[in-house]
Amino acid sequence: MLKLLKNLIKEPMFVIGSFLFLTTILLGLLGPSLYTAVPEGGPYEAPSAAYWLGTDNLGEDYVALLLRGLQNSLYVGFMAGIIATTIGTLVGLFAGFKGGIVDDILNMFTNLFIVIPSFVVLVLVSASWPEGRSLTLIAVLIGFTTWPWTARSVRAQATSLRGRDHISLARINGASNLQIIFKHILPYLASYVFMVFIMQVASGILSESAISMIGLGPIGEGSTSLGVILNTAKNQSAITYGYWWGIFPAAIVITVIVFALYLLNNSMEGVFNPRLRK
Amino acid sequence: MQNNIIFSAQNINKFFGHGRKRVCAVNDVSFDITDGEIVSIVGGSGCGKSVLAKIMLGLYSPESGSFLYKGKPIVNTRDHWNEVQSVFQDPFGCFNQFFSIRTQLKDAFGILKNKPSKQEVDKRVDEALLAVNVKPADIEGKYPFELSGGQMQRMLLARIFALKPKVLIADEPTSMVDACVRANILDYLMKLKVELGMTIVFVTHDIGLAYYVSDRIFIMNDAKIVEAGRPEDVTQNPKSPHTVRLLEDIPDINREWIKK
Repeated sequence: MLKLLKNLIKEPMFVIGSFLFLTTILLGLLGPSLYTAVPEGGPYEAPSAAYWLGTDNLGEDYVALLLRGLQNSLYVGFMAGIIATTIGTLVGLFAGFKGGIVDDILNMFTNLFIVIPSFVVLVLVSASWPEGRSLTLIAVLIGFTTWPWTARSVRAQATSLRGRDHISLARINGASNLQIIFKHILPYLASYVFMVFIMQVASGILSESAISMIGLGPIGEGSTSLGVILNTAKNQSAITYGYWWGIFPAAIVITVIVFALYLLNNSMEGVFNPRLRK
Repeated sequence: MQNNIIFSAQNINKFFGHGRKRVCAVNDVSFDITDGEIVSIVGGSGCGKSVLAKIMLGLYSPESGSFLYKGKPIVNTRDHWNEVQSVFQDPFGCFNQFFSIRTQLKDAFGILKNKPSKQEVDKRVDEALLAVNVKPADIEGKYPFELSGGQMQRMLLARIFALKPKVLIADEPTSMVDACVRANILDYLMKLKVELGMTIVFVTHDIGLAYYVSDRIFIMNDAKIVEAGRPEDVTQNPKSPHTVRLLEDIPDINREWIKK
């Protein structure tokens, strides 16, 4: 374990990625409570000493908005990531381990979900949702539409483990199927599943931003996400009027989080997979 | 006579794959194995000997023909594994890398119907370790990747000493270890037979080893048993050309590699 950590620290990608990611997480978690609200100014005031990143159409300080948006976006990303990774991992493990008819049925379901474009489903469900869409709803929708990719890759890995001798030994030790899956297959896949989880978080944040951007994201008090900020700016034609501070900071924050997650994922692959180790 | 037959196979077949890729792994094989004997199954790679071992272990079931354990077909595999246990070929791949050896040896008791108490399990694990000449303190808190291949193979045998099954299927237990360890493992197999009266099915590609330990030898080639008999008969008067080939392949110290 310690050796693994040492290897990770040697990797510059990991150091940069984790630094960026931890910073964004800390900002998202603590920012909104630490950064006390600045009194409202006029609509679209340019960045100044009082409003570091200017104000929005209602005269609210952009720094405060961004911090709240970051918190909400991370919430959606993690929630979607957890849902997608859990469903995908369970489906993949059972399909890969059981094989035969169970595999065929689960595989059919997975493929069914893969061929349905998840973004279209997201748009349709969001648009037809009767009342206010909460952050949680969006997160659950994203989670339920992105799990098939996890399921596919976990299935492939589980299939290759199924024939190993330690599984046969566990069987003749009298281990039940559940025990074999969770004690003898899952630990071998844990690092892989963790990497998949990171990617799912990143794609969750991106999907949320995308759907919010077209105006189908969370609505209601306190559900300002980074995507919603972009959407508001777009609705107010911020770019046309030259209010760049309405678009760029939010876009940059999204890019930085996703970039940090990609860096983390890449660097971990180099450590967990000995063949890629330098 | 009928009572002490452990395994009885009548024209069993086992196939893998579908359609054109269908491969026959065990083709129309029949044999009886009686109580207390050591039977070796000898053959080259891919001859179906491991599949046959897995059929005996109940991990595979034959597609046609009848396969009986003590006169009954294998229905409940858990009951079967109470009495029939196995040692596998690759000692490194046999243990879960995420749990300590001792935990895994204790886990093995999960298959027993009358599960012994915790103290009893600890005692039996210690005894089993001593039986394979390993001090229990030596592996305390150790994980599989911290042991050598020979030690790991002994851990697999310790598992057998701890469980004391009636039948042991040893699937190439010696093919991945060096020569000294190999001799050790054969000693332990003899010990299991003599002290515990175990019936042992020894799967190997080395007819020389089989000759030393077995009461009977089955020679397999291309999914069939081509010859069966006492080791002396099989080695002195081989009837099948495959047996002759296997015998010729035994390395001989006195033989020159290339005839000049």
